[in-house]
Amino acid sequence: MTNDATPVQWLKADATRIPFEVHTRQDIYDQEQEIIFRGATWNYLALEAEIPNRHDFKTSFLGDTPVVVSRAHDGSLHAFVNRCAHRGATVQRQPSGNAKEHRCVYHQWCYDSAGGLTGVPYRRGIQGVGGYPADFDMREHGLRTLKVASHKGVIFGTLHSAPPPLEDYLDVPLVDAIDRLFLRPIKVLGHMRQRIRGNWKLYAENTRDPYHAALLHMFHATFGTYRSNQKSVGYIDRTGAHATGAKYGDEFGQASSASDAVGQDKVLNYSLADPSLMRGRPDFNDGVTVSITSIFPSLVVQQIMNTLATRHIRPKAPDEFELYWTYFGYADDDDEMLRARIKQANLVGPAGLISMEDGEAIELIQRAIQHGDDSALLEFGGRGLLKERGNGEGAIRGFWMHYARMMGFVAPDGIATG
Amino acid sequence: MTESRIVKAASLYEQIVALEYRYARILDEDRLEVWPELFVVDGVYKVVPRENVNLEVQLPIMFCDSRNMMMDRVRSLREANIYNLHYPRHLITNVELLGNDDGTLEVAACFVVYQTDMEGQTRCYSVGQYLDRIVTEQGGLKFQEKVAICDTFNIPNLLAIPL
Repeated sequence: MTNDATPVQWLKADATRIPFEVHTRQDIYDQEQEIIFRGATWNYLALEAEIPNRHDFKTSFLGDTPVVVSRAHDGSLHAFVNRCAHRGATVQRQPSGNAKEHRCVYHQWCYDSAGGLTGVPYRRGIQGVGGYPADFDMREHGLRTLKVASHKGVIFGTLHSAPPPLEDYLDVPLVDAIDRLFLRPIKVLGHMRQRIRGNWKLYAENTRDPYHAALLHMFHATFGTYRSNQKSVGYIDRTGAHATGAKYGDEFGQASSASDAVGQDKVLNYSLADPSLMRGRPDFNDGVTVSITSIFPSLVVQQIMNTLATRHIRPKAPDEFELYWTYFGYADDDDEMLRARIKQANLVGPAGLISMEDGEAIELIQRAIQHGDDSALLEFGGRGLLKERGNGEGAIRGFWMHYARMMGFVAPDGIATG
Repeated sequence: MTESRIVKAASLYEQIVALEYRYARILDEDRLEVWPELFVVDGVYKVVPRENVNLEVQLPIMFCDSRNMMMDRVRSLREANIYNLHYPRHLITNVELLGNDDGTLEVAACFVVYQTDMEGQTRCYSVGQYLDRIVTEQGGLKFQEKVAICDTFNIPNLLAIPL
């Protein structure tokens, strides 16, 4: 059993062992919110394409802190905590929309699209009774604002007072990965959400884990719909916190009788009765059919064939998070491409033919570790210093080493180094 | 309206309700292979999160536009996909015939789907509305289109068995 009063026993500096208690303890969850999400990180909030016009807004989360992302009158981007500076009520109750002002329903405090306080009822009182003190300064009582930065229309926010430039935080491989997908203007097609009864870090692991891909997700192997030509690349940033990986593959729609599911005892090789599912055409000329980019702490950007999406990990509790998918195409998509993207949406999301398993794998872990003091094992691809992401568990260890540094967890065998 | 015409209208409604109930029972009895047969060959089935309904593209999270595609979905569930072990229970109610456009019946209904896990614990999994287009084929009714709009658009874990 875990005891919330005891410090975490970080086991290995190279993160080859992960104590399960980091997924179950409320005090660790609370520390993560403070140190990681409200600390020195850039957090994904939304896409600029979701708030294209002035005064457009969208609600989002910074960790579990509710925020509003907004475009002000002059087109500039803003984000502020969605909590009235007066008594703490949720200010903006709509998930998205267009609003010159955001008004709290409780006492009608009113904020502009940058989060500044613009109006307080009865500020001077009523017939000399009540009202605010003479030195009450509206400028001091706006909504708590985040620093905001956008890279190629991907909006990040932070509550840290002195964050590094966003591009420095992301580092070169991640900037390149975002640039590749956001080269052209995008068009948001819709959202998907799933509520997974597991710790958010289990999903962070999952998206840095090429080991499981062909072992857990059997759709392609079963139907022979896709054959990897085995070429894959992977990169991590200088801290190891982020990772990006790409797989090269066949032309779309070219069903293959071979399977890349090495070691499977169940390769059935049916073919699709309706192959239109896999119909599409490459968005890029680089031969990459799968690209998964994980940005610490809470963003995944994906291309799987013609499916393009951001996945926002929104922690809710030690044993629960929301996965919020923003599914997009390009502004210049023709009808054929749009149809292909909508049909291929079958592959991803909560009902995804190649993604539904992830939620189940995570819930299976959370259920089994809820009451225990054991640890996870991460040695696939080696121990010690991180090599390239490759096909091992290196990128997961990179995530954990960075996490341990931020959380101040020190293993008996030394301070974690990436 | 003559008495016989009233009887005929009631009978049509009963046939619609019977189709909906059969749909629910087939899914609840894990007879997934029969599920596509409730649709015409070029039938459409989709699950649309309610938050996407008013968007330009009603982005579905599950979408089949042929009976073959539904069969592929079922085969994938049987052979490839890993999902939460459970017993589903589809309750369909508030069935309403909204229109009859040249033999295509426009039907709305409400659904509630419960899931019971392997330890016998039940949770309300999904609530929403069906918007159906139903046609007559070889003397019986079949779905030309079934759109399940999920009020519960924050899907608990994952969606495997069709709603």
